[in-house]
Amino acid sequence: MLPASPRQRRLLIQAAVVVLLLVAAAVLWRTAAHNLSAQQLRSGFGFLRDPAGFDIGETLIDYSPRDAYARAFLVGLLNTVRVALAGIVTATIVGVLIGLGQLARNRLIGVLCTAYVEVARNIPLLVQLLAIYLALTQLLPDLTTPLHLWGGALLSKAGLHLPWPAQQADGWRVEVPQVEGLSIVGGFSLSAEFVALWSGLTLFTGAYIGEIVRAGVLAVPRGQWEAALAVGLTRRSAMSHVIVPQALRLIVPPLTSQYLNLTKNSSLAVAIGYPDIVSIANTAINQNGQAIECIAIIVSVYLGINAVTALVMNVYNRRVTRKVF
Amino acid sequence: MSKKAIAAFAAALTGLCAVTTADAGKTLDAVKQRGQLVCGVNTSAPGFSAADSQGNWKGLDVDFCRAVAAAVLGDANKVKWVPLNSQQRFTALQLGEVDVLSRNSTWTLTRDASLGILFTGINYYDGQGFMVPKKLNVGSAKKLNNATICVQSGTTSEKNVADFFAANRLKYKQVVFDTAEATQAAFYSGRCQALTTDMSDLAGARTKATKPDDYLILPEVISKEPLGPSVRRGDDEFFTIVRWVGYAMLEAEELGVTQENVDKLKASSQDPATQRLLGVTEDTGKLLGLDKEWIVRIVKASGNYGESFERNMGPKSALALPRGLNNLWTKGGLMYAPPVR
Repeated sequence: MLPASPRQRRLLIQAAVVVLLLVAAAVLWRTAAHNLSAQQLRSGFGFLRDPAGFDIGETLIDYSPRDAYARAFLVGLLNTVRVALAGIVTATIVGVLIGLGQLARNRLIGVLCTAYVEVARNIPLLVQLLAIYLALTQLLPDLTTPLHLWGGALLSKAGLHLPWPAQQADGWRVEVPQVEGLSIVGGFSLSAEFVALWSGLTLFTGAYIGEIVRAGVLAVPRGQWEAALAVGLTRRSAMSHVIVPQALRLIVPPLTSQYLNLTKNSSLAVAIGYPDIVSIANTAINQNGQAIECIAIIVSVYLGINAVTALVMNVYNRRVTRKVF
Repeated sequence: MSKKAIAAFAAALTGLCAVTTADAGKTLDAVKQRGQLVCGVNTSAPGFSAADSQGNWKGLDVDFCRAVAAAVLGDANKVKWVPLNSQQRFTALQLGEVDVLSRNSTWTLTRDASLGILFTGINYYDGQGFMVPKKLNVGSAKKLNNATICVQSGTTSEKNVADFFAANRLKYKQVVFDTAEATQAAFYSGRCQALTTDMSDLAGARTKATKPDDYLILPEVISKEPLGPSVRRGDDEFFTIVRWVGYAMLEAEELGVTQENVDKLKASSQDPATQRLLGVTEDTGKLLGLDKEWIVRIVKASGNYGESFERNMGPKSALALPRGLNNLWTKGGLMYAPPVR
């Protein structure tokens, strides 16, 4: 009855497993649809065309409560990408500085960097975010009486407002933020929620990246250092031309993981009031009850962002490992 | 996302694997078999459902669930309290994690029609308002142009504040949190200039401020917020019981039956309506699947509606809310029970 050749048997078993998985998926789908309709819950993605009805605190694109749910989700997606991208950039900078700082010859710098890494790594990110947000909202002055910083920037509980070029009637001019009534008008604003989330993610992930960088540099054989110094390169030159290119091979794969972690950790935004995709999808679930569809959207957003990040980093990884010395 | 929401989703996935039909008429049996009513309440809403320092739950919604437990199980203490935030509440009811959701939730068409739940009645007529610090010098909600407003995510408040500002051609910035505690903390820290939620919630939130007198609740009521309990769709029997527990408490107040005099009235009242209410001449409980003493037990457990109101949010309590719209129809309010007969 079973085919005689081992290869055909393997193919048959694999085909059977695939069919089993398809049957299981079909059963799950049908019972889900049946149970949802028995409780008279709507299903399907038709709700994406309905007006959202709720406002969003900060948006990169124009948005009003009369816009569709689909646009609200787009705003959430852009907010997530914005904080993830900003976080990745600054976390990398912080991580590289901290990692190299731990290897510095100056012992004070080394000790400070190690202390920072130990503290930032060992406290849960959510706790750090809440602490930073609490500090920002308690210690900074009210919106109506902000701190005036150098350059015309305003710092207050509402966040950081920076002067920014804006198009006026008579061409481009730098607009300086001003307090008007109950709000600050003009300039480019970084809300307190965004600043808290960005700094929390940077400090937390920066510590991990610091350790990865340190491990990568230490893994380069000692002989490379000695040879480079013997040839007459300065310590700095040796680092940038000999050691770091070799260390990058070890650094880039775990660095990719940290970038993916940072993006996923940005979902903690909902605890401190930053309207990312999870926060907006949660509101949508509560307004229209379609939990499965909204969570499917959240999942695909994170899968999409992370797949793109991983792809870019893998291309970079291949470039870094292809170099021949 | 909160762990409870993730657990709810995981439970939904596993629940969906079971090929079962909707359980119509089974909630009452399940509650009796379990010997306990599972009641979804607020995490902390003074006056409606809040745990005190010893962990005892108190509030108008808490009294309601105790009344349901007394009617169905005979003992008002056989209740398991499940605190739910505004995002988990309806999913928890849909999935069967709670039997009754008694969590100062607004009755709206969308919630009745598309969430798989049904509201059983109104136990508090409320409206949405704003609270501001007195030092902001704002006396009316129409002066809140360009203000930063703290609001809780996934509530009717979010939609209503968008409507109010659009209708009055004003602008605002909102900061949204997922729990009431985080929303209020952001308001008290000064991050937002105004807090918006139901008036009763504002009164409750003000009691939690370090200096309640520094805050002012603005006079504008910008929406209708009829708050009431809800149950799952598809179980008419349980729905009818929970609905009539609410009406029984109102009828008891109308007829003057209180926690103190219920036994005396049961033994000696000559008024036909009271005799019917307390099961002396008629057995209304049998028609619901309960026994004839069901209203007696309800009144003994939580008192009548007026007593529950006075105890939790009346002039002598910390909230000090007037009866207002929540008075009986005979006294100028909106509380009107269909006849319990």
